[in-house]
Amino acid sequence: MFQPEYEAMERPELEALQLERLNSLLARVYENVPLYRTKFDGAGVRPKVASLGELADLPFTVKDDLRSAYPYGMFAVPLRDIVRVHSSSGTTGQITVVGYTKGDIERWADMMARTIACAGGSADDIVQVTYGYGLFTGGLGVHYGSERLGCVTIPISGGNTKRQVQVMKDFGTTILACTPSYAILIAETAAEMGIDPRSLPLKAGIFGAEPWSDNMRRQIEEMLDITAIDIYGLSEVLGPGVASECACQCGLHVNEDHFIIEIVDPATLQPVPDGERGEVVFTTLTKEGIPVIRYRTRDISRLIPGQCACGRTFRRMERVTGRTDDMLIIRGVNVFPSQIEQVLAGIPGVAPHYQVVLSKRGSMDHVEVHVEVGPDVPFDEIKTLERLRGRVAAEIASALAVSIAVKLVEPKSIQRSEGKARRVLDTRGEGGA
Amino acid sequence: MVKQLTVFLENSPGRLAGLTRVLGDAGVNMRALMVADTAEFGVVRIICDRPETARRALESAGFGVSVTEILAVEVPDRPGGLADILEALGAVGINVEYAYCYVEPGGQAAIDVFRVEEPGRATSVLLEAGIRVLGPDDVYPAGS
Repeated sequence: MFQPEYEAMERPELEALQLERLNSLLARVYENVPLYRTKFDGAGVRPKVASLGELADLPFTVKDDLRSAYPYGMFAVPLRDIVRVHSSSGTTGQITVVGYTKGDIERWADMMARTIACAGGSADDIVQVTYGYGLFTGGLGVHYGSERLGCVTIPISGGNTKRQVQVMKDFGTTILACTPSYAILIAETAAEMGIDPRSLPLKAGIFGAEPWSDNMRRQIEEMLDITAIDIYGLSEVLGPGVASECACQCGLHVNEDHFIIEIVDPATLQPVPDGERGEVVFTTLTKEGIPVIRYRTRDISRLIPGQCACGRTFRRMERVTGRTDDMLIIRGVNVFPSQIEQVLAGIPGVAPHYQVVLSKRGSMDHVEVHVEVGPDVPFDEIKTLERLRGRVAAEIASALAVSIAVKLVEPKSIQRSEGKARRVLDTRGEGGA
Repeated sequence: MVKQLTVFLENSPGRLAGLTRVLGDAGVNMRALMVADTAEFGVVRIICDRPETARRALESAGFGVSVTEILAVEVPDRPGGLADILEALGAVGINVEYAYCYVEPGGQAAIDVFRVEEPGRATSVLLEAGIRVLGPDDVYPAGS
């Protein structure tokens, strides 16, 4: 543990610290950021809370707020106090800019050092930073944390996979930081170069910046003979280092001395009971450059109840399983396509490729899940297929608390995607079938 | 035992046409084709002259294909010919999953194709009953 005085703090003490920091934050943003002053005044709330529970009375911040404040409108300090800016990728709209003070960079390095320590890292390690350096927060974020922990830091950035492998082998890299899909490409490239990827000195990987599954984790761990740790962050809140798994691999510890995490129902925006899935909302307690109050991430997760065996008292969020943009409401039940994916992952004989198809049957909405028959199913017999379909339907109904029609489709007939897979197909506007 | 191709197909217009065109373009000649359908999908079973060539062609065209070993027997051309065969299997408790029929290119004999739970035991039972059980060489030329 890099900072046990915080990471293993007693809960009452931690919550007192959060409340103190929250009130200081509210006073700062009300004073310095016109948008928050307008929002708070409009909602009739004062920039002060008597308990952490009262945070739920404050207005949310959304991505569009950051867009309309482009570039510097939401900074809470004068530009002379900002020492660095980063920017979001802008794949879903206009880019946004975030600014960091010297203090922000210091705290970010601490949080990232905690993350690397979570993966078992120490000053004895050699960290290869394969996240991109530049406006993207990944490269520099991990870099500063690695140096803070005292690791040998290789700022190789992304790309040129053969060179990544060569450097990994020659420099003796022990911890790899990159996206999970790139880790697989590195392993495959090593094998093509005649280097057994399992023979590399790597012992752990910190992977994030894109959604991945437990199956993919096992695949990476097997290919590279490492422990693969899931990390979470987003530039609007900090960058990498917001939350990280520990060696237990049972959820990501949120750095709660610096952030308050809430989970809300994305439809009603009300907090959900502990342990239930919903949209992740963050408040940045210690950010100076561009603090956010109740920022809606659109990421879907839940808080995992109970304390972790590692000794950290920070609560854990589950691996992000989807985006609110994908949420469906089926007969009153909120359904995230990723829940269907989890069910399918547990059933032999079906591929993890699926699509939720919405159509009109008369005036009624009809929902159907299309599931690919796996390549290994002995589909010569109809009854095998009928049994398989029955099992998929039953397990979906039991996991989602709503029954959905299941249709088996041909192997490889669902379109593959390089990036974000299109899991929902809405044909209701198309008329006819 | 004879190799049969099974293809999983969605129940949609043109799919079966597409499948047969792929086989035609690959120079595969079919002996028999049987479609078993449900409301939403179909399973197409094919006996052809070059099963491995056919499998590769279909897979590279994106079809889901599996190769199944099935039992092919020559059915005597007289009333009750098929009943004799089925009774021989039923008497020893062997269940038939599905069956279909085709006629040899020469047109002399009918061939019946069975999928049974215990193909090994079924073969011995039929041989004992004096039924001719076909091997690969009887259905498609060797080496294909």
